[in-house]
Amino acid sequence: MSVSHYPAVSFDQTVRRHTLSVIVDNEPGVLSRIAGLFSGRGYNIESLTVSETEAEKHISRITIVTSGSEKIIDQIKNHLDRLVPVHRVVDLTLQGESIERELALLKVVGKGDHRMEALRLATAFGARTIDATVTSFVFELTGATDDIERFIKVLGPCGLAEVSRTGIAAMARGSEVM
Amino acid sequence: MSEMMTGAEMVVRALRDQNVEHLFGYPGGAVLPIYDALFQQDFVKHILVRQEGGAVHSAEGYARSSGKVGVVLVTSGPGATNAVTGLTDALMDSIPLVCITGQVPTHLIGSDAFQECDTVGITRSCTKHNYLVKRIEDLPRILHEAFYVASNGRPGPVVIDIPKDIQFAKGVYSRPKDNQHKTYRPTVKGDLSKIKAAIDLMSKAKRPVFYTGGGVINAGPHASALLRELVHLTGFPCTSTLMGLGAFPAADKQWLGMLGMHGTYEANLAMHGCDVMINIGARFDDRITGRIDAFSPGSRKIHVDIDPSSINKNVKVEIPIVGDCAHVLEDMVRLWRELSPQVDKPALKSWWGQINEWRGRNSLGFQNSDTIIKPQHAVQRLYELTKGRDTYVTTEVGQHQMWAAQYFHFEEPNRWMTSGGLGTMGYGLPAAIGVQLAHPKALVIDIAGEASILMNIQEMSTALQYRLPVKIFILNNEYMGMVRQWQELLHGGRYSSSYSEALPDFVKLAEAYGSHGIRCSDPAKLDDAIMEMIETPRAVIFDCVVAKEENCFPMIPSGKAHNEMILNDFTGDTKTVIDAKGRELV
Repeated sequence: MSVSHYPAVSFDQTVRRHTLSVIVDNEPGVLSRIAGLFSGRGYNIESLTVSETEAEKHISRITIVTSGSEKIIDQIKNHLDRLVPVHRVVDLTLQGESIERELALLKVVGKGDHRMEALRLATAFGARTIDATVTSFVFELTGATDDIERFIKVLGPCGLAEVSRTGIAAMARGSEVM
Repeated sequence: MSEMMTGAEMVVRALRDQNVEHLFGYPGGAVLPIYDALFQQDFVKHILVRQEGGAVHSAEGYARSSGKVGVVLVTSGPGATNAVTGLTDALMDSIPLVCITGQVPTHLIGSDAFQECDTVGITRSCTKHNYLVKRIEDLPRILHEAFYVASNGRPGPVVIDIPKDIQFAKGVYSRPKDNQHKTYRPTVKGDLSKIKAAIDLMSKAKRPVFYTGGGVINAGPHASALLRELVHLTGFPCTSTLMGLGAFPAADKQWLGMLGMHGTYEANLAMHGCDVMINIGARFDDRITGRIDAFSPGSRKIHVDIDPSSINKNVKVEIPIVGDCAHVLEDMVRLWRELSPQVDKPALKSWWGQINEWRGRNSLGFQNSDTIIKPQHAVQRLYELTKGRDTYVTTEVGQHQMWAAQYFHFEEPNRWMTSGGLGTMGYGLPAAIGVQLAHPKALVIDIAGEASILMNIQEMSTALQYRLPVKIFILNNEYMGMVRQWQELLHGGRYSSSYSEALPDFVKLAEAYGSHGIRCSDPAKLDDAIMEMIETPRAVIFDCVVAKEENCFPMIPSGKAHNEMILNDFTGDTKTVIDAKGRELV
């Protein structure tokens, strides 16, 4: 007999990243209910965004990026789905191709060459300059997470001082709606 | 039909419209308006408990024994925090409750006011759902919605936190509607194609077993009747979890007894050796599976559960069926009758032969004594002497609970109330009070331990106040027996803080609470003493002095598989049966 005990080993343990769209009643505490589910059961949240999408029906859309084995992802979806204020849970990763975008604000502080280099990079990445002083810029970039991370990386040596990111908003491609 | 009334009046009116006859509670500053409204009517009877924790357990006992929603009313702050254990207990065991908590007035919320706490924050993870009512316009809907959410889908506790100003505010009341929540619609009908696949798998089984749980009880007496029909139709053996006892009659030939950590040899080995497992309303809890990577290695599994998140949580199954047990069982019985499949009779015969061989081990056998009462014997005598009566049993948590599950046999559902998932000591007495209120004529017995009973002993006053003749049968071994047993098995017999020192004289304690006390330590006098308890028309505390260091066997030691049980005739060293890895488990 082997000496291994709990937990189960009969499941596929490969960890994958999934993007979930969750339609919820916009009522007090709903976000905390969802965040509490993740912390209480030991699941990861990599990104979470929430905003009301249909004001007259008090409906919000939450986009969660999480990672786990197939079993864990199924559990996460089932646990989300059984929350009373949750209407629907869709796994965009399983649905096929989806669009994922986030927005970042990046502040660069400095003078001289660094400053000019930062501006050139911003142009190359298609970022907008939304604030400028003699010693600083604030850029806005919208794009896939990879683009934003690349931009952050190259901007680092040019005096990048502050980053604010929204987290991911996502949607399936094609005519299908949630 | 709409009427103007205050929020407090709405609460009482909604309880009436939801057919709530009994309400368990304790008053305080933030619920005074509701208590005032209760005072001015006599449909809803308020049962005053002695601590809010008792109120929740009483409501659980009431709900579990009657199939109705249990209702609790407590004040803000400590009233709400005292209710937390009971709410968690109800969540783990899927008991439908509505718990109304008072809250400081809306304008004081967040100011650290007197007796303020973040009730919805604290109870978010220990309720199925909860509400903070901020507008009087929402109150009638939320009240009715709470009952709907508590009792539909997988049942559970729901908290409604009502600030005091909302209780005074006036608004328009509305009556309950069907489908009270705008979107919450749990699946009750199982997917027919999956049910068909399940029937097909069952019909080809060579070594099948039914493994049933509390979900069958929660689906109502009809589900138990259907389970019996299906088990008889198929001729398969049937075992059950702690929570499911009574759904299938213990006197039936196809009954294997309870399974799991303290289950019978035949039930656990049937689970280990089966080729088709039919799980109806159970959740592959760790008390059931034991070592999970060695759990029932050769079987294909069917799992019927109303909660999709219970499926594939601990054990991967081949045929998951999401739905209410009663609905799915009905389809299964109908399909089985329609198809009347040819089962593999020789294979089933040899399977039963194997099971009968396991039964021959008599795993619940124990060494009885003439000089000292063995706890197993005490429960056996209690069972024999109450047979044929209208009996309900509650328990506390520990060895006595397992002995009750092993030696007290249940023929009907809703007769057995115990804290399974959370394992809450102190559950039994308040639960018995709730059961007795729901069944005033019945014999209600709390099988207790001397340590557990002291956790909510104050509820004796409640029993006295409402003249509830509950019987408390204490298996007194002067130890927190299960803690002691684990210390023997895991920690070299160093009984750290598990000896029940400075116990009260339970006979005098009974008398102090205006009830009757009995003590018995002589096996020869046990039957007469039990009869005296049964025939006493008021509450009784029975101090049954039993063997001190009896272990609760059979047992699957933690970290071991079903086929590695230790039995009553175990002769090895109990201190070495659990290895280092197993010790980390609970």
